[in-house]
Amino acid sequence: MTVYLDHAATTPIYPEAAAAMTEQLSRVGNPSSLHASGRDARRIVEESRETIARALNCRPGEVVFTSGGTEADNLALKGMYWSRRDDDPRRTRILSTTIEHHAVLDPLHWLAEEEGVQVDLVGVDAEARIDIEALRAAVDAAPETIALISVMWANNEVGTVQPIAEVVEIAHAHGIPVHTDAVQALGEVPLDFAAAGVDAMTVTGHKIGGPYGVGALILRREVQLTALLHGGGQERDVRSGTIDTPAIAGFATACELAVKLQPEVAVRVSALRDELVAGVRRVVPDAIYNGDPVSDVAHRLPGNAHLTFPGCEGDSLLMLLDARGIECSTGSACNAGVPQASHVLLAMGHSDDSARASLRFSLGHTSTSADVDALLEAIGPVVERARAAGLTSSGRAAG
Amino acid sequence: MRVLAAMSGGVDSAVAAARAAEAGHDVTGIHLALSRNPQSYRTGARGCCTIEDSNDARRAADVIGIPFYVWDLSDRFHEDVVEDFLAEYAEGRTPNPCLRCNEKIKFAAVLDRALALGFDAVATGHYAQLRTGPDGLIEMHRAVDMGKDQSYVLGVLTQDQLAHSMFPLGDSPKALVREEAGRRGLSVAAKPDSHDICFISDGDTGGWLAEKLSSEAGPSSINHGGVIVDHESGEVLGEHRGSYRFTIGQRKGLRIGTPAADGKPRFVLDIEPVSGTVTVGPRTALTVDRLTGIKPRWCGSVPAEPLHGTVQLRAHGSEHRAVVRVVSTSGDTGVEIELLDPAEGIAPGQAAVVYDGSRVVGSATISATARVNA
Repeated sequence: MTVYLDHAATTPIYPEAAAAMTEQLSRVGNPSSLHASGRDARRIVEESRETIARALNCRPGEVVFTSGGTEADNLALKGMYWSRRDDDPRRTRILSTTIEHHAVLDPLHWLAEEEGVQVDLVGVDAEARIDIEALRAAVDAAPETIALISVMWANNEVGTVQPIAEVVEIAHAHGIPVHTDAVQALGEVPLDFAAAGVDAMTVTGHKIGGPYGVGALILRREVQLTALLHGGGQERDVRSGTIDTPAIAGFATACELAVKLQPEVAVRVSALRDELVAGVRRVVPDAIYNGDPVSDVAHRLPGNAHLTFPGCEGDSLLMLLDARGIECSTGSACNAGVPQASHVLLAMGHSDDSARASLRFSLGHTSTSADVDALLEAIGPVVERARAAGLTSSGRAAG
Repeated sequence: MRVLAAMSGGVDSAVAAARAAEAGHDVTGIHLALSRNPQSYRTGARGCCTIEDSNDARRAADVIGIPFYVWDLSDRFHEDVVEDFLAEYAEGRTPNPCLRCNEKIKFAAVLDRALALGFDAVATGHYAQLRTGPDGLIEMHRAVDMGKDQSYVLGVLTQDQLAHSMFPLGDSPKALVREEAGRRGLSVAAKPDSHDICFISDGDTGGWLAEKLSSEAGPSSINHGGVIVDHESGEVLGEHRGSYRFTIGQRKGLRIGTPAADGKPRFVLDIEPVSGTVTVGPRTALTVDRLTGIKPRWCGSVPAEPLHGTVQLRAHGSEHRAVVRVVSTSGDTGVEIELLDPAEGIAPGQAAVVYDGSRVVGSATISATARVNA
């Protein structure tokens, strides 16, 4: 029996999405071909585009399919930067935050290194909410130098929902476009592209009960983008590559379902999450609940429970839980499999030791109270054991 | 038993893990990340620290059907092994980092953590044999395959460490282990053996030391030059750019202009790290028959009587018949080793591992050498 508490890494595919994808896998037809089979495939793709547009409240023409979140983030950041700088060479800066996913931070780092972009990362408070006044000050000081602003909708590690409306208001006062990575938010919290007013938004299939390897950049029609992948120009001329009909069909089905079910899943899952957090803290009283403690969708992703267990190595906890069939995440970036302290927790003010003593449990549409019960039964002895191991190694290191 | 198998990504540790699992133990594989910057330590497939090695270990664990994790020991490894290696060289000694790694990392930091996490033993792919002796203590013996025997680098392990160790390959010749890896479908079956020091990527120890010790980050005591003198005449024969570039017994790279009076090659006999003086002389002057050892570590009980056994002085080195006495000087115990078969080119810092037949008795770090019988 596996207790899966890592839905933020990837969540089980909806059977309906698997069926929609499977159906297309056995059919032939390149959506760019002009004959009947091609037209049939194209129809599936365009219907999928319309389905996603309805679910996210954008126009179908604003859905640019990609291979997933990482590609969509790269396309948004590099593509918008180049385009905006070409329009006005003074625009050499990008504003973002210290808690972005690596799919945003690494392209920004690359742009800084290779293109001389001045990347300014706005910090966060102890609950991982961005310092909106610092962002405002940075924008107001020299708005003409800013090519774009990128702020994630909700943090993937600690689940804090960011004040996107305020970011948009600050940026748009100066005509600066805003990109948001909403990979973790879609299906978890209400998401309305048009109402949010962002100019570009990243979403992906496998985090919402759809297939891997497909995602989209939702891109306002007026926004100009420099292409990264050159070729057939299949997607609005900004993204080339044969269109993946089966994956897109599965993605659209999942997107529709996830958005439809979001209100009830959020209520159910956030109740489970609160039970999990309260239960863990009963058993391990010194466990620290990270992120925003307010349980509604305006503050925190309903499925996210991020906890620090002082004196433990997150790796030890993960291994001991895994051995009991309970799957979670240290929520940290992996460099060649070498766990490193999470940049998000460090940005929130955690010490290196405290950051490494943390685990992310993330629930999703298939989670049950039995999952929570299994964790609560295991966590006490696991923490006790990991603490002993943690003390062993630190004691020796000190000696 | 719950067994933690340390998997380097090589063929030996993969087969060791497979054998432990097949013997019915509950095995978990771990790969030790020892480098802070995995690309920089070793390129190619002969070390134990690259991303490729980590992937190879993971694939072997998949095939065996055991869980697999990466443990980050890079800070401990840097502190206890790499910095120690540099400091020893800077002091004119010749350390063996593999012994140090076994003593401080694999059978200490890793073993301690494993025991605390509920494991009973750590299994590795070392070639050595463990048996229970008549007194109930665990004895470590040389491997069946003398060409692969690694009991020398394990000679630092104490009874407590041995009691929680497993060496599933000790009874097998290497050729059979490779064959077995192939039979088990392990893709590392044909992977070349690692031989050199894992954290020196190109195998050029001298160049690596020169780079590390000549940089500003190196120990402040390090000399950056000195003279090369003749051991008999005291005549200055040349100059050098740092005594850490030399090891005792070294013949090549001395760059002495004038040939010896007898026309025979000269060897490094002694290194004085503070003054930077390197003494050279003929090969005959390299021969020693008395060794003083410090920091002894015993696999079982401490020998009470002078032990008539053998010592091995370097990895894959030959055996020397010897009489080993445990001595106590100013509170610290040490050993005095009388070599019945003299040895050549022995440097302080090397480990002397003491054997009684095939059994490892213990080890000590050589602090001084001498010649009594001409």
